[in-house]
Amino acid sequence: MTLARDLVVAGAITAAIAAVPLVVTSGAVLNAVILTLYAALLGQAWNILGGFGGQFSFGHAVFFGTGAYTATILQLRFGMNAWAALVCAVAAGACVGALIGALAFRYGLKGSYFALVTLAFAEVFRILATTFTFTGAGVGLMLPLAESAAALQFTTKAGYLYLILALVVVGFALHIWLKHSRFGAWLTAVRDNEMSAAALGVDVIRVKQGAILLSAALMAAGGVFYVQYLHYIDPAIAYGPAVSVEALLGPLVGGMGTVFGPLLGAVALHLLSESMRNLLGDAPGLSLALYGIVLIVMVRYLPSGLMGLFDWRRRS
Amino acid sequence: MSRPVSNRRRTFLNQGAALAAAAAASSLGLPRVAGAQVPTIKLGVLHPVTGALSYSGQLCRLGAKIAIDEINAAGGIKALSGAQFEPIYADTPNPQAGTSEIEKLNEQGAAAVIGAYASAICLATTQAAAKHNLPHLVDVGVADQIVERGLKNVFRFGPGYRKITEDAVKFLQTMNISAGNPAKTVMIIHEESLFGTGTANLLAQELPKLNFDVKEVIKHANPTRDFANIVLRIKTVNPDIVIPANYYNEYALLVRTMRQQAVRPMAIFSVLGGAASSFKFVGEFPDIANGILDVNHWYNPKSKDALALRGKVDAMKDQFFTYEVFLNYETVYLLADAIERAKSAKREAIVDALGASTWDRHFMPYGPTRFVNGQNTGAQPMMMQVRNKDISVVLPSAYAESAPVFPWKG
Amino acid sequence: MPDFSILFAALLNGLTQGAVYALIALGLTLIYGVLHIINFAHGAALMLALYAVYFLYTRLGIDPYLALPLITAGMFALGYLLQRFIIGRASHGRDENILLVTLGLAIVMENLALFVFRSDTRTIETPYAFATVEIAGALIGIPKLAALAGAIVVTAGLYILMVRTDLGRAIRALAKERQGARLVGIDVEHVLAMSFGIGLACVGAAASFLMPSYYVNPTVGSGFVLIAFTVVVLGGMGSFVGALAGGFIVGIAESLGGLYGMALGLGENLGQLAIFVLFIAVLLIRPQGLFGARA
Repeated sequence: MTLARDLVVAGAITAAIAAVPLVVTSGAVLNAVILTLYAALLGQAWNILGGFGGQFSFGHAVFFGTGAYTATILQLRFGMNAWAALVCAVAAGACVGALIGALAFRYGLKGSYFALVTLAFAEVFRILATTFTFTGAGVGLMLPLAESAAALQFTTKAGYLYLILALVVVGFALHIWLKHSRFGAWLTAVRDNEMSAAALGVDVIRVKQGAILLSAALMAAGGVFYVQYLHYIDPAIAYGPAVSVEALLGPLVGGMGTVFGPLLGAVALHLLSESMRNLLGDAPGLSLALYGIVLIVMVRYLPSGLMGLFDWRRRS
Repeated sequence: MSRPVSNRRRTFLNQGAALAAAAAASSLGLPRVAGAQVPTIKLGVLHPVTGALSYSGQLCRLGAKIAIDEINAAGGIKALSGAQFEPIYADTPNPQAGTSEIEKLNEQGAAAVIGAYASAICLATTQAAAKHNLPHLVDVGVADQIVERGLKNVFRFGPGYRKITEDAVKFLQTMNISAGNPAKTVMIIHEESLFGTGTANLLAQELPKLNFDVKEVIKHANPTRDFANIVLRIKTVNPDIVIPANYYNEYALLVRTMRQQAVRPMAIFSVLGGAASSFKFVGEFPDIANGILDVNHWYNPKSKDALALRGKVDAMKDQFFTYEVFLNYETVYLLADAIERAKSAKREAIVDALGASTWDRHFMPYGPTRFVNGQNTGAQPMMMQVRNKDISVVLPSAYAESAPVFPWKG
Repeated sequence: MPDFSILFAALLNGLTQGAVYALIALGLTLIYGVLHIINFAHGAALMLALYAVYFLYTRLGIDPYLALPLITAGMFALGYLLQRFIIGRASHGRDENILLVTLGLAIVMENLALFVFRSDTRTIETPYAFATVEIAGALIGIPKLAALAGAIVVTAGLYILMVRTDLGRAIRALAKERQGARLVGIDVEHVLAMSFGIGLACVGAAASFLMPSYYVNPTVGSGFVLIAFTVVVLGGMGSFVGALAGGFIVGIAESLGGLYGMALGLGENLGQLAIFVLFIAVLLIRPQGLFGARA
């Protein structure tokens, strides 16, 4: 609840995850942790705008893909250093965020209208990426193997784990700052009641713009991580609905607008899909169907997400 | 004690014995003697069996499964005292899942991996496998990059799309010359992702060198809901030959729409046509499919083994003998041969054995295998034509069952 | 520049394809436009209806158009039950939860279909599937013309439902002011379920018109979801006539955009782009859509 407590918990989680490669050597487990943290990062990015800001985006992939393509193109076609490319990619993501925000917020789009316009933007970018050879068109782009930390690629899984953990820590920092800062208070005020917030003197558009900027920047970082880890990007992966859905599922399940909701949700969803696959792996479709059923049941009984469990315990 | 009772008892005993024998047979692969386990060779089988590619993924898995079951039933790997394949089937609908499954297979002690059908997924799985020197046999994945990254553990039995497209261009020219050069103009309709774009680019590059006029190249999305406008364009441009390169659903919709709009070029000449060399499509739309040419993966039509396998698959309900099936089938046998020669199930030994492979007991038109940088250099596509609900090879002449009928006056 | 007959043919193609989009979107207009339920499962519902058309034709020999009453009745029942017992209960009325529930439903429906029906694409071949009518030099398929007629009829039907019947009045009341509706004695859960049922019934009708010229497999619905939302927003949330018009506009934009794109060597993508750019423009400039009332 308090700043100190949030910092301690975040610190403890970070330390625990950082210790994992020292204890675990299994590539499969490390890979699972990496992908879960990656999902958590996407969720954190979404959460800034959606959870804290109340502006639901269905097209967060637009920032993800921008980050991924920018980083890949800069390294591939311009020979830029990977770390510099990361910075540029994050900046590019933020620019796209500013652009979309400028259009959407100044025209007063809210609620489902805003959600749909983000979806439309993601589709537009996807079609553009498919059209131009600059982005590899439909063929996509492959990042050549260059296993060194200088190239933001690592020989060991541990290297990737620390990279994604660092990004998640940035996410934590942003979340904690939002929760305890004035800007965050304005943001949640806009979320809870935009008209009252405006009446109280909050610059609604400025605040929303700030949120989308941060959200887009973090999401773009996620895109860069994806391409550094999996080495291949194409328009469907970069701007397709799969990434957008992955970004919003975590916070929705874990608890929107909370510091630890995205991570909690990512962990829960990962465990869920793994256990469903182990239970019913062989029959195609059955495990995913069960995953969907559990999702519905979770919403039924945990309407505030998993973080809601912690609230009840405290209240009673 | 009267005869009917003892008859019945004997029948019962016979049936019981038959059941016990069947149970014993099906438990092949389990320890025969308590304490002395028959070693198994863990084989990862990765395909997209859910999601948009699930139809192809499931056919791939079927092909692999038939081969694995056959090899096990025939006594496993003889060089390793009858060691049985222990398949580990996993679903890899996207590159992320592919990478995860490779890590798991690595830890489960897999000796080798077969998969993953789609080029984008193969790029990820082969790379992940390379880190553990896990031999990865690529079943289909036609992108050339898969075997051009210098990864020592990657082997592809079938051809990549550069070879397929080069041969397609040659076949087209051969066919045109034999018919007196009636065709001058072509139009390419391709799906927008890796395989379609790559194929179309190569075609657009090579065809003009042989004096074909590529009038237009049209790209379409996956999925495409309607082809009416593309067909309208085809009508406007009026090419002699239409060249589609796309997946099953779009291919079927395209040629159905062409039929509806009465668009009948001299030939529909597909390269890796999604539905063109599919018995499913030919069976469902015999009139439309009749005469369609396709340059694609195909088996030697004169091979008894191929026909036997085809019979086996045809007898299964709702299964079709497609390239997904037979490429996976043969890839498993390729691996078995390598393990026999290696006399070991260790990864390095398998990689070496595959590298030195000259396996020729297959029914593909490849000759003995010869891997250079992981690509089987003998691999080649063939050109087939649909004739009266069947598909026959028309080129190259060494394997042809009949000459191509061109132009098609259907 | 394409000459007039090509342009005309493309226009007709766009119109008829747009009719298909309108049919699919009409149900969503009710569900999303009126009830504000973002139904992620709309595409999956279309898929199930297409399978129903397929099986009725191949197993019982019932022509898709004759099967229309059966399909709509079946889909209505499905929609009613889904809303009444799953979506309504699970979502506790919160928008984000409704989203999550319909997303979950979409996953369940798609994958159960994969498990039960397997992944092969199914097609039907009706005797009229390739029959065409010539209109000023353009060949239009019979199934497409039927879809055009169907879209107009369904739109009219929905309009009459909303304006002339008690149920329609209740739905409109609920859409405007849910608490108020409850206070005047409207059984909110029942009316919501009826609306969802009608929404899916429209999807069922769409499937009857779509199947003869298309195909079905477990993932076929996802290609239509985005278009459906575009049409609903374009036409105006809650306006059926708007959805019809929106469908036509989207279809024609896609068609003409594709035509010019191909002429410019950009492939069909220009058509796809045109739809979404149009969508964004409408959202920004006229969010109530072409026919919607200013909110």
